[in-house]
Formats: sequence, structure tokens, C-alpha cells
Amino acid sequence: MDWTRILTNVAGEFFAPTTAAYALAAVGLNIHFGLTGLLNMGQAGFMLLGAYGFAIATIAGWPLWAAVLIAIAAATIFALILGIPTLKLRGDYLAIVTIAAAEIVRLVGRSTALTELTGASSGLRGNQYKDTFQDASPFDDGTWALGPFEYAVNASNSWWIRIVGWVVVGLACWLVWLLIRSPWGRVLKGIREDEDAVRSLGKNVYSYKMQALVLGGVIGSLAGILYVLPRAVQPDSMGRSMTFFIWTILLLGGAATVFGPVLGSIIFWAVLALVKLTLRDVVPTTFLRSEQIEQFGWIIVGVALMLLIIFRPQGILGDKKELAINAH
Amino acid sequence: MRSAVLDPGGTTTPPLARRIAALLLLALTSVTLLLVATPARAQGPVASATAACVADAATGCIVGTLRTEAGEPVVGAVLNVVGPQGELTATSDATGRWSVAVTEPGEYEVTLDVATIPAGEALRDPANNPRTVAVGLGASAAALFPLGAPAAGGGGGDTGDEPSDSPTTGTDGGAAAVPTTPGSTGSGVTAARVAQLTVNGLVFGTLLALASVGLSLIYGTTGLSNFAHGEQVSLGGILAYVGTQLVGLPLIPSAIIAVALGAATGWLQDAGLWKPLRRRGVGMIQQMIVTIGLSMAISYVFQFFFGAGPLRIVTDTPTSVSIGPVRITTTTLWSLAIAAIVLGGVAYFLLGTRAGRATRAVADNPALAAASGISVNGMIRIVWTLGAGLAALGGVLIGLYFGATSWYSGGALLLLMFAAVTLGGLGAAFGALAGSIVIGLVVELSSLWIPTDMRYASALVILILVLLVRPQGILGRATRVG
Repeated sequence: MDWTRILTNVAGEFFAPTTAAYALAAVGLNIHFGLTGLLNMGQAGFMLLGAYGFAIATIAGWPLWAAVLIAIAAATIFALILGIPTLKLRGDYLAIVTIAAAEIVRLVGRSTALTELTGASSGLRGNQYKDTFQDASPFDDGTWALGPFEYAVNASNSWWIRIVGWVVVGLACWLVWLLIRSPWGRVLKGIREDEDAVRSLGKNVYSYKMQALVLGGVIGSLAGILYVLPRAVQPDSMGRSMTFFIWTILLLGGAATVFGPVLGSIIFWAVLALVKLTLRDVVPTTFLRSEQIEQFGWIIVGVALMLLIIFRPQGILGDKKELAINAH
Repeated sequence: MRSAVLDPGGTTTPPLARRIAALLLLALTSVTLLLVATPARAQGPVASATAACVADAATGCIVGTLRTEAGEPVVGAVLNVVGPQGELTATSDATGRWSVAVTEPGEYEVTLDVATIPAGEALRDPANNPRTVAVGLGASAAALFPLGAPAAGGGGGDTGDEPSDSPTTGTDGGAAAVPTTPGSTGSGVTAARVAQLTVNGLVFGTLLALASVGLSLIYGTTGLSNFAHGEQVSLGGILAYVGTQLVGLPLIPSAIIAVALGAATGWLQDAGLWKPLRRRGVGMIQQMIVTIGLSMAISYVFQFFFGAGPLRIVTDTPTSVSIGPVRITTTTLWSLAIAAIVLGGVAYFLLGTRAGRATRAVADNPALAAASGISVNGMIRIVWTLGAGLAALGGVLIGLYFGATSWYSGGALLLLMFAAVTLGGLGAAFGALAGSIVIGLVVELSSLWIPTDMRYASALVILILVLLVRPQGILGRATRVG
């Protein structure tokens, strides 16, 4: 068994673009769930909308900044549509509505009726929309190597996407850090703990929840852009399971913490890569086919999610006293 | 009054007038939705001039769409189809679609004439040409030839792809003879089509009700939104598949064993997982996230053992009968009868037996029920067993109705079940029944106006609209739920 190769690949996952995208999506979900207590089960829908908004606007010839604004606007409108009927209702209603709405986005996106716009189930290829992002890079083309990690500077799965991705993740974490300490963040945490108490203090709970839903959703849409830049926009790979992975990541790292989502994402993808690569080397293909190894990885994720929420709902970094999941 | 409606969430049933008003409101909502959806059809794709194959009892279809690597439709590619019916040819139309109608079921070998595809394009998987597809009467089989650079082994390490929206992967069962290509929605609104879709909707709704009544009962007694209920449905279908195809049992014993095993998993789940969690004092939201993890684990276990493809419970072509303009298979008629009897039995259990009354008492007020000498945990155990058994039966019948089951057949229906349960009022078992039938009708009839592959979305739009207007559902109690 080639441990050097396996461990190099696993270490590569620490700062891969996908890890950054999931970390960012989990930061958004952290604003929903960790800070405000909103059960958003449709984070993948925000990501998919962001990805579609960005890709379609870019294909239509819009500049990079305008395409990103379109993604943000799409997520904002989506959050308002979701929030208006559900934020006044009990938490599990929001869960059902957000998961349904994310599914609507996926079903409409993959419908053959919209083939010209969304490419239906085969989606939009990366080459169609990644040029403006790559052209924005200040670096010359080529490849850089840092120790065993060698990637192209600008093309596709590049250093450029890694740099931008992690800078955005860093900014989002900084934003959350500021929010947690701000009066606004304290109101959100108050809503999480006891909505009626906050209401009795004269705060407009509905409006605060809506602001949190929009903010987390916008961060989710940026994560969606980050996620599709090194690959393609494929509606079926951004469905319910993606939302569940983000939840696992958030609960693993620790909800209501600043760095929990980042740590969760790094551990999630590194452990998954370790398990899969090891199994691929150890187990003969006659015993486990390669797609079965893939599925085995997801079974582990499901079981890990169950065990985490039962035995350590505060995750690695969280404080059990602070996170009262069942406050309302 | 009491026998008219069951509402485990409340001791009193709402006045008749209010219920009628609610039903009217619901009807209005559906009508509004359909009206809103109407313009969408005008912009929808126009049916191609070449006669697209429509599967019915006497014909089966082999269909496909050809696109270049860049996603452009391939026009004028020639395909040869050789099988029990001799040699047939098809040519792809302006949208890249092609179809062949066959009147003999069996295996057909489909060959794409590579000389007729545009220069510079190549098959992504040349080994797949020619390929063999099995087609039955009243079903559509897809034969796809992806173009592009030859793939180097699978999609790689990306996340688990979700399959198509409906459980009809590849094969549409007899009664669900609405092909999933929008090209064939062009036949417009005719009385015969409306009748056929209404019947399809009623059938689909009744089968869906088997699954959603269990979901509603579990919610009613424990307060748990069970996201793993879809996997209980898949389990029923897959166990029936194992019984008929792997063990070789006839359909009926295999279905009975599947339902019994499904119910047993409900019993075991409550004994091994949910009861300990309740005893630990794990909160409802935490338990809900546990069901999400469970659903993910179980669905990938199914995929691990049975693959991602469709699993046909029975392979022979169903016979169908015509009732006026409506065509329905005999299997579906039997399924409908079984579902109606079972749902009637559940109603009798809840309304007429001591155990049923105790179940409703637990749903209403667990503490008071316990003080009255009712074993709360015992009742919850019964509900889990019953709910899982009903879901398994639903899985078998839905698998038969759609012609195939798969690891995802229940997962695809989960949100429709939630829509039905919410529509009927969370926790109201009879509400779930009414909600399921409405959802079934909405799903089928909406394909009159919107592309068929979007029809599940229409049911989810209904779900959101209902929450906007009447969050307690049609038969729910009007209480503050915030």
C-alpha cells in the first residue's frame, strides 16, 4: 500500500476548493441554525440557485461582478419567498418547506423545458462560464508546486480558485465573529434560546429571522459559485444529500462557533478521502466495486451524522450549554 | 361527528362548515395554481412534427435524445433497432429526440449509425454501441448514446448523484403511460386525457396514502418528522424484488413477506433506536436530524447491495383493460382494491378498537394517557410497526404501479408524503389520506399544462401555498402553530 500517495491526497483535501465551498455553505447554515435556530434543510437549493445565477449570467456575457450580484439577488429572493410563509410557524415547517423548495429548484433546473437556459439534467459545462473568473486572476498561467501539491495556477482546479475560496471563507468567518459579538447577533441568539422572551422585549422577531435567513442564504449562494467553478453545474449532484453533508459538517465542527464549519469541512472531506483511498488500495475490486466504495463512504457519513447528533450535538468546538437545539 | 374525521391532535372535531370551507379553499388553491401554471405551456417546447411514440397497452417505446458534447441536439442521426419485431429505423428530430414504437415486447438491439452523427463527435463509450434494451408493452425504454470524449472510468469522487425525479427510472409502468418527454405533452387538454390523468392521479394518491398515513401517525403520536420514512417505502419494494427475482417466489407470498419484514423493521427501529432516544430525553429536533442520518445511511445501503438501476418486481407485461376512455392494468386495479381495504382497516382500527382509541389518546395528550393507564411506549411501538408495515405495502404497490422499484423510489416520494401530510394537517391520519389523494391528482393533472418532468414540483408548490394560507392543513385544528 502506498501510504505516501494516500496521505498526500488526504492532505490535499485540507485546502481543496470543494472543502472551501462546503465550509462556506456551512458558515451560511451556521447563521441559520447555529445563531438563529432556523432549521434550513435546503441549503443546497441556495447553492444551486447561486450556481445557476452566476453561470447563466456569465454565459449571457455579463461581467464577473454582475454575475456574482445576480447569484446574490437570486438567493435573496429565494430566502424571502421561503421566509414569508414559514418564519411565523414552528421550526419543522421551515425544515419541510426549505427541503421542498430546494427540490423545486432542482426539478425545474433539470427539466427539459429549460434546456436552453440550464442544460437540463446534463447541466452547464464549466468551460462555458469559468473564463471571467480565470481572467480576473492577477497571476500568469502555468503550474505551481508547493511540496507534493502541484496544480495549475489559473485553469479549473487551480491555485487561484483555492486562494479566492479560502479568502472568502476567511471573510465569512470574520463576519460571523463580528456578528456574534454585535447587538444584532445577541438578538439572534436570544431568538434561538427563547423567541417569546425576545418578542416581549419589543424586538420584531420575524424581521430578525428573515435577515438571518437572507444572510445565510447569500453566503450559501457564494458557496454554490465556489463549488461549481472547478466543475460543472449539475442539478442532480446538488440535491438533498448535499444539504445533509453540510449539516453533518456543521454539527461535526460545532454549530454556533466561528471556526466549527471550517474545521468540520476539513475533517469531513479528509476522513472521507482517507477511508475511500484506503479501501481502494486494500480491498480487491472483485470484492468491492469502486462505486460500492463510494457508497460505503456515504453510509459512514449517515451513521456519523446520527451518532454525532445523539452523543455530541455540540460538535468538536461547540459548547453544549450554549447550543440548546431544542429551545423551541 | 366523531366517525367523520379523526384528529389525534384534538379532542374535538372542527365544525362541519369550517371543514367545507377549508375544502373549498383547497380547491381554489389548486385551481389558482393550475391557472398560474397555464402560461408556462405556451412557452413550453412545441411537440415535434415526427410522431413521437406514446406507450399504451399495445405499444412500447424505445426512446432517446442525442446531444453533442456541447449540448446541441444532433439532427438526422440514424438508429437501427433489431429485435423480435424485425428491423426498424429511427431518425433524430430537430431536438435530437428519436423514438421507435414496437408492438412486440422483448429485447431489442439498438445501433447508432456513427456515420450520421456530426463530424468531430464521437461516442463517449464506444463499447455501448450497439446496446440492448428490454422493452415491455405500455412502457418506455431509454437507449442513450452520450457523445463526447471517451470517459475515463466513472464520474470520480463527486458526491452521490441523485437520480431522476420520479421512480420510473427507464421504465414506465402500464397505467403511468405518460411518457416523460415534454415532446409528447403536446396532445393538449382532451376529455380522454383528463379522464386518464384523473384516474392515474387517484391511483397514485391512494398508493401514496398508504405511505403517508404511517408518516402522519408517527408524527401524531411522537411529534417526530420522520425523514427516513421514504426508505421504509423503498424497503418494501426492494424486499418484494428480492422475493420474486432473487428467491424466485411468486408475487403474492413475496409481497406478504415484504410487508411483514417491513413492519418488523418498524418494531425493531422503535425498540432499538427511538425508545432509547426518548428515554435519554433527546429532543425532537435532534431526533429529526437522526432520521436524516438514518435515511442517508439506509438509502446508500440499498445502493450498495442493489445498485442504482431500476429493479423490476415482476418482469412480465401487465394486461390492461379499458373502461371508457381510461386504460388501467389489472395489477393496478388489484393494488387499488388492496390499498382501499387496508386503509379501511386502519380507519376501523383507529376509530373502532380499544388500541386505536388508546393510540389517539396518546397523540392527544401522552401524560394524561399514561395517567389513565395506557402504555404510552406500547402504543408508540404499535404505531411504528403499523406505519412501517403500511409504508412497505405502499412500496410494493408503487413498485408494481411504476413497473420498477429502486433504492430511491421512496426517497423521491418523501416530499410528496410530507406535502400530503401537511396538506391534511400534521398528525391527522385522515387528513393524510385526503392530502395524498389531492397530491396525487395535482401531480398527474398538472402534466396537462407543465412538462411532465416538473410535475412533482407542482405538488411541492402546493405544499408551500397551503402553509401560506392555512398552515394547519385541510383537516387540521386551527391553533397557533408558531
